Amino acid sequence: MSLLQTPSQTVGPFFKPALIRSGQESLITSESRGERVTIEGRVLDGDAAGVSDAMIELWQANADGRYEHPDDSQEKILDPNFHGFGRAATDERGRFRFYTIKPGPVPGSGNILQAPHINVSIFARGLLKRLVTRIYFPDEPLNAADAVLNAVAPERRSTLVARIERAERPAVLRFDIILQGENETVYLDV
Amino acid sequence: MSGPAGYRRETSGVHPPYDHPSYTSTHKRAPRHAPVRIEHTLSEITGPRFARETLAPGDNQNDMTHFNGGEALGERIVVTGRVLDEDGRAIPHTMIEIWQANAAGRYAHAEDQHEAPLDPHFAGIGRAITDGRGAYRFMTIKPGAYPWRNHHNAWRPNHIHFSLFGPSFATRLITQMYFPGDPLLALDPIFNSVPDNSARERLIATFDIEVTIPEHALGYRFDFVLRGRAATPTLS
Repeated sequence: MSLLQTPSQTVGPFFKPALIRSGQESLITSESRGERVTIEGRVLDGDAAGVSDAMIELWQANADGRYEHPDDSQEKILDPNFHGFGRAATDERGRFRFYTIKPGPVPGSGNILQAPHINVSIFARGLLKRLVTRIYFPDEPLNAADAVLNAVAPERRSTLVARIERAERPAVLRFDIILQGENETVYLDV
Repeated sequence: MSGPAGYRRETSGVHPPYDHPSYTSTHKRAPRHAPVRIEHTLSEITGPRFARETLAPGDNQNDMTHFNGGEALGERIVVTGRVLDEDGRAIPHTMIEIWQANAAGRYAHAEDQHEAPLDPHFAGIGRAITDGRGAYRFMTIKPGAYPWRNHHNAWRPNHIHFSLFGPSFATRLITQMYFPGDPLLALDPIFNSVPDNSARERLIATFDIEVTIPEHALGYRFDFVLRGRAATPTLS
């Protein structure tokens, strides 16, 4: 039996009461294992104006590099205090902020380790289907050999790597999501 | 990749492009560069799961016709169906979130300034987890059409927004369900952003007399098909 996919449609401007609940921007509790990191940024449109009606979702592995999902059968420990999913809406200036931990590396094609990264979905009015990108970490030796980073033109690669906003712990990283125009963020076709 | 197979890709013609000029909000938001195709790894074949017990109490709200101690105004409808993959396999225990305008065509949202009445007994928000057969069911009110400023005299057809996760990051889907026979469909840039005619038709629910509740509510059926596994499925 082969069925046909249901098409995507825009999330529109009125999703917040249904989809956004306070607390979902934090992926951690005080008990979660791993190095704390705050990730903040803005979603900007082609005029560099803040997008006030976007929703960002994160999906990431735990501190040891394991996803909480039955298809991840790696022999690494699960963290009962870390589930890996976060969701936040942008504010009136297009800003968002997440509280999480730096994930451990997970294997990619050919069982070669990928650099630590967070998977990102972006939804907004004007986006007829989601955008997908990844947040990579600065000063991370595994970045040099990462298959996804290497699939991107070198001059655009830096759009996938968060910048250090505050180095002292807990670290603050900045990751702007530029929908269009100069320094447009690299989006991924998954 | 070793381990479980990846997922099939988006079927060409089924999903809208980012750049769709008749929908003006795409003008400044559609990326100019094509997305970079990547292979599926554990990052894409895993994804968040929401067990029933992780929903807050009262969160599993699939009857939207009562709110704030009163009954919502409008035509009561049942919307039910199944969440399946391309191989016809049920997707059990996956979260569905829905939102919609009230019967007068207004959202309970601060930024909706349409001059239509709010209904104090209708929030327009629902949430459910599919059962073991991938089935879901909402009791709600048929949403009204409403004007938007996309172009002169633009009206959105009646629709309900749906958000689904499916089994993986790759299967995430947000879409809209429309109603059969709506004359606004032909005029709607968002509905018509779906390139393929038959794919577009799949966004329209089916009226089903078997789904109705006599003396109480009309019934519509709407199934979702999320991306299936890339490898040839083992038939069991």
